[in-house]
This record gives sequence, C-alpha cells and structure tokens, in this order.
Amino acid sequence: MSRSPRQIHLAAHFPGVNSTTVWTDPASGSQIDFAAFEYFARTAERGFFDYVFLAEGLRLREHKGRVHELDVLGRPNTLAVLAALSAVTDHVGLVGTLSTTFNEPYELARQLATLDHLSAGRAGWNAVTSSDAFHGANFRRGGFLAHADRYERAKEFAALSKKLWDSWDEGEALPRRIRHSGAQFDVDALFDVPRSPQGRPVIVQAGDSADGRDFGAEHAEVIFSLHQDFDAARVLYDDVKGRLAAWGRDEDSLKILPAATFVIGDTDAEARERSREIARQQVRPEQALTYLEQVWGRDLSGYDPDGPLPDVEPDTGSETARGWANRHKAVQARIASLRELSEAEGLSVRELVIRLTAKHTFVGTPEHIASEIDRYVQERATDGFTVVGHLTPHGLDEFATRVVPLLQERGSYRDSYDEGATLRDLLGLPAPARTLTPDAAAAR
Amino acid sequence: MSHRIHLAVALERAGWHPAAGRAAGVLPHDLVTPKPWVDQARALDRAGVVFATIEDALALTDRFEDADDPRPGRVRGRLDAVLLASALAPLTHRIGLVPTVTTTHTEPFHVATGIQTLDVASRGRAGVRLVVGGSPAERANFGRRDELDAEAGFREAGEVADVLGRLWDSWQDDAIIRDAATGRFVDADRIHNADFAGEFFSITGASIVPRSPQGRPVISVLAHESAPYRLAAEHADVVFVTPHGPAAATGILAELDGAAAELRRSAERLRVFADVVVLIDDAPGRAHDALARLDDLDGGAFRSDAAVVAGTPTEVADHIRALAATGVDGVRLRPARQPDDVFAIADRLAPLLRATRVLRDDDAATLRGRLGLPRPQSRYAVTPAEDPRTTPAREKVAP
Repeated sequence: MSRSPRQIHLAAHFPGVNSTTVWTDPASGSQIDFAAFEYFARTAERGFFDYVFLAEGLRLREHKGRVHELDVLGRPNTLAVLAALSAVTDHVGLVGTLSTTFNEPYELARQLATLDHLSAGRAGWNAVTSSDAFHGANFRRGGFLAHADRYERAKEFAALSKKLWDSWDEGEALPRRIRHSGAQFDVDALFDVPRSPQGRPVIVQAGDSADGRDFGAEHAEVIFSLHQDFDAARVLYDDVKGRLAAWGRDEDSLKILPAATFVIGDTDAEARERSREIARQQVRPEQALTYLEQVWGRDLSGYDPDGPLPDVEPDTGSETARGWANRHKAVQARIASLRELSEAEGLSVRELVIRLTAKHTFVGTPEHIASEIDRYVQERATDGFTVVGHLTPHGLDEFATRVVPLLQERGSYRDSYDEGATLRDLLGLPAPARTLTPDAAAAR
Repeated sequence: MSHRIHLAVALERAGWHPAAGRAAGVLPHDLVTPKPWVDQARALDRAGVVFATIEDALALTDRFEDADDPRPGRVRGRLDAVLLASALAPLTHRIGLVPTVTTTHTEPFHVATGIQTLDVASRGRAGVRLVVGGSPAERANFGRRDELDAEAGFREAGEVADVLGRLWDSWQDDAIIRDAATGRFVDADRIHNADFAGEFFSITGASIVPRSPQGRPVISVLAHESAPYRLAAEHADVVFVTPHGPAAATGILAELDGAAAELRRSAERLRVFADVVVLIDDAPGRAHDALARLDDLDGGAFRSDAAVVAGTPTEVADHIRALAATGVDGVRLRPARQPDDVFAIADRLAPLLRATRVLRDDDAATLRGRLGLPRPQSRYAVTPAEDPRTTPAREKVAP
C-alpha cells in the first residue's frame, strides 16, 4: 500500500542587501520599487509557495566607517511592504523579520495583528534579537544588550504578544485587560485590535545558538536555518524537533525551512558552468577583499584577490570597546580556519570567499533539483526550503516555471491553494492554543 | 474672485459621532477588515479628494475617556494606520494617504522608514499626521515611560518631525549609482548620517530607504491652541484647525501667521485646513433628525472640537464656501457616519463644490504637487552653484 509522500513547504526570500543579488546583471531591477515586490510575490503565488519572506534593515551596513558601497544597499520598511502586498495577493503568506530588541510589544503586536487582518490570515513574524550598539544607535533604547538579556527580552516579548493577541474573544465588544510585570516589560494593557483571522501570526525564528533553539522550541512554528548540507540539516532537524516534547508539542507543529540557493541548467554541465559564472558575479575581486577586511579589521586593499590569504595579523583593538571581550581570540580562530580551508583546497582569496558565501545549494537540471528537494523532505532532513534567487525581482521565475511542476508530479507539493487558507493552514500547523483560559475573563 | 480650496477627508472607524457605530450595528470586527476602507478610499479617490487622513491611537479607549472604565456602546477596535494606508496604496490612484502616527511611544526610525515606504508604494502620495500620545491609557499599554506634560509632548513631537526630515533627506536623490565598472552600487558620499541628538532620543545613522518620490512626504498636525500652533508653524507642511465659524478662522490664521514669522523653518507657507464634522442627507431636515437620533443614542448632544454641520449637500457646501472665503487652503471633512457620509461627500458634495468652482483644480501626480508644494531638495544636495567643481565663472543670480 502506498502512502502519500510528506508535503514540501517552500518560502520565497526577497533578496535583500547582501552579495546574493547580482545587481550588475542587466536583468536586475529595483530593490525598492513596489512593483518589484509585487512581481516577486505574484511569482511566489504562481509557484504555490507558502510565504514570501522579507528581511529587515535597522541601519545601513558600513565598511571602514563609511556606508558599504559594493553590494545592494537600501530597502523599504518591512511591515509597510508586507501590508501593501496584502492588497495585491490572495493566497501567499507574508512574513517579515522584526526585532524584539528595537520594538515594543504593544505596538508590534498590533502591527502584526493588523497585517493578519489586512491579509485575511496570512501574516508571519520572524522574531529576531539584536544585541549591538551599532543598530541600537538608531533607536530610543540605544546601547548594548548582553546576549542572555536579549533572549530574555525576546521570550518575554513573545509571551506578552501572545497574551495581547489572545485578549479578545470571538464576538466580544471589549478585550480582557492584560497585566504583565516582568524584567523587561511592565504594562497594564487593553489591546485595541480584535482577534485576527489566525488568532496569532505564525512565528518564525532564525537564531541558531542554544538560546535561539530553546526560544524556537517554545515559541517558533517555523525555523529558518542556514544548514543546507544534508547531514547538517538532519542533525539540526533531530535536535530541534527533539526539544519540542518538553513543551508538549509534536513534530508537525514546527517546520524547518533552511535557506537554499539554486542554479538551473538544461544539463548538469551547463548548470555547473552557470553556477561558476553567477558566483563570480556575486563575488567580484573587490568584494572578496572587502569580505576579508571585515574579518581582519584592517585595510587589505594591497592584496591580490587571486592570490593567497593575507599574511598579516588582524586588528581587533577598536572592536573590543563595543563589548566583545573575547573578540581577539574569536578572530584568530576564524582566520586559522580560513587558512586551513584555503590551503587544503588550494583556494585563492576570491575562490575562498566564493566557497563561503556563494556556494549554491542546488545546481543541476530541474529534475535533479526537484529530486534533491524531495529527498531532503522525505528523509526528514528538512520540511522544505526558503528559496533565494540571485536576481531581483525575477529570481524566482525559472524555479516556479521549471522546478515546481516536477515537485507537483511527485505528489509532494500542492497544485492549488485551498480557498481561504491561512498561512498556518498552508504550513499544516495546528491552531495555536490560547494562553489565557476562559477563567481569566472572570478577572476582567 | 472666489478663493479656491482643497477638499480632504478624515477617516475614523465608524465615523466621528460616538454613536455612529452603535446606530449602524457595527461590531469591532467589522472595522478591521480591509474592504470598507478600500471602498471608501476608492470613492474619495474617484471624487478627486486631495487626501484622506486615517485616525489612530495606541489605546483602546478614547483620549478623554477613563481608561479603567471604557464606556459601553462605543465602537472599539482599530488597525495600525500606517499599515492600513500601505494596503490602500496599490488600490488607489491619486488620493494622498495620510496616516496618524503617535510620537510619544513609537520609534522615530521606524516611523520615518514606514512613511517613506508608503511614499514608494503610492508613488508619491504619502503624508503623516503627527499626534502626541500622552494619555494614561497609552502609557499603560507601553509601561515604563515617564509621564510627559503636554508641553514636553509637543517638544518631543517637534523632535520627531525634525528627525523625519533628516532621515528623509539622508540619501541624496542620486545616491544609487550602479556603477558596474567600479563595482559600486551606491556613492557613500551621497548618503549622510542623521546624527541627531535631542532631549528625548538620538538617532545616528541614515535611513535604510533611499530618497522617496516626494523627497519629504507631507507632515501635518492638528492644532487647537498656541503650543500646537507653534509646533505646526515650525515643523509642518499642513495644519488642521477647528474654527467654529469664519470669524474664528480669521483669528486662527492670524495667530498661525505670527507663529510662522517667528519659527518657521521651511520657505513654503504653512497650508491651513479647517476641520468640519459633517452629516449629509439629500432631503431637507433629515440630516438634523439623524444627528438628533445619534445624540439620543449616545445620551447627550455631540460636542466636537470641530464645528458640526448637518444638512443637505447644498447647505454643507455653503458652510464650506464661507470658510473658503476666510483664506484657508482647504477643508478637512470629518464624516459623522461611515461609510454613509463618506459616500455622500464623494457622490454629492464634491461634485457640487467642483461645479460651483469652490475646489482648486490640480493635475499633479504627487500629494506635494497637488498641494502646490515643491519637491524639496535634500539638505545635503550640492547645487551646481555650491559645488566648487562646477561653479560657473559668471555671477550668481538671485532666483
């Protein structure tokens, strides 16, 4: 008797401000115009993706004290783009990265509830923490937040947000009062957005530290990981899903969707050649040196990008002031591992940086890519992938046209959206349990 | 020759009369679905209304209500106005979208980038109405922030307006160069840190958003008295005032002119819009009856900060014409009942005002353009006259 295959879940990541995007390609469009986001989201819908995923910008990246000039720089406000996308899409989920460090729960909870209402239940929140003074300098709270404190804040933020989202009962004219007193937040709140279609937006989590995984096991419904290698992905899958039982959750209540890049060709050889070309566009000589300068903390502009790694010591003096006590040791260890890798494989500076930042996850014919994605999911290394293309906004076109139909033929990917499906429905997640019992209403 | 004005509309849940939602049987959930907002915004867009403001507050209860004892029968529930305006942007064509933003509890950086993004998504139709959020209910929702007196709240709002302008200017229009030859996507010399340190907050970096279509979206405030008049005169493009008749409007305009002479930072004149609550019915006398029924339902006569005018489209148009004669730049109508009075404004009143040449004609695509405001250069832009590399030999000529 044949069983139906495990279903693949796909998210579409709009390429943000990093070297993924080949902006020098003549086919590369705007990263800012709303038309680019609309095109991308409609393509994701054409490919029956679960959701569109946007990163967040809190400060422009800098290099040597100036804004970084080499990669794409600048992007719109995440929530405002997702809200506008809610008006021009019908099915695809809308997920944004939003910091627990530089927001306040009442405001962010009402913005996410608003997005869930505007999209008829398609909102998701990638809850991230940020510790550093560099980003903090753009916000009221400013300053530096220790690693442990930022996860304390994130947990308290998520717990308080859930209480606010749960504070309206169906059909009620008024919410319950939420009194919350914790180390980070002390509020006495009446939430002003009625219960949203999903009750709560889907919570996504991207951190990979032990603290991050604990947060994920308790609160997350999707984990966006960077473990693309099959064995590493399966180790993470087992570890994170193994933590769920302690919170009374089952395997299907959390989906793991690692980032994945892809290069498609008519033959394997053609795909490999295209992959090499794209990687060389993604890491041009000046970008390779800039990458190393960020590790070394000093000017390396005299070095040859096609030569061996620099033979100078890193400069970590200025960094320690920012609160990195063990910064120097960490940098030394990082450089040692880079040397080891480049010597073992005989890599030049540029080849090393390509290897580190532009190694494409899936390279091959559409058949090869579809079968690999299916294998990861059927063998429980992942529940699917967060796909990132290398062009804006057309980076998803070829995947939607050529790979998706093959996944559908395998029976492991949807060929239509159910009418009125929420993001939680698309992901196959259970309805969220309410944090407040009806008894709490009596205390109102 | 009659003075011509702009027509704007202030959208507020079920309408501005506190019993409007109750009379129409509106439930909190009805107000948080996008459809009624889309329908009303599109109707006003088609009618040529110059912009719609969207009310917001960071509290369930109204500003002057006891937060511990919400009044029964009032309609509750809101969407975040910036996000609602963003969702309306792709579905409308010409109308300006002006969400309300509270300055007391929000992050100025998020406000700046949110409004810039609204400007991008609407292709140059974004504005913002800044409001001080000093109510006890708002403070309780956020916790931990010290109580601000009213004057400090306005000073903080002024800092927010100031830093919005700095962030909106932080990228010069030509900062993105996409120079494949040198591999430079942007020119770092054309991006500038805000470097703002004020009494209430500081912001170091530049915006994450490149300069938006209007450069600087339109800043507006509602003002009833001297402190907010001064805030408006110093920082705003548009001010909403609440004269209860033409004579009062004349006095307010004089006070605003005085404040502007002392404080104004912009070379452009402050645009003044007079607020009026309207309840419209085609049949003579019916609007007054409807208002009386709403008052009964609410248990008392409706008193607003703005004048309340109930009547036929012709009667309301007469009131607007009298206000126009005082020299205001526009009138912002607050519909007593939504959507009924919004549709009456779009389908009856606006065509009547246009036919009788009360409304100003405009064919500009951006909100600034429609209001007659030029697109400002970034404060960091180097004009040809100032750039030593391109300074021409001839004498400078005054503009």
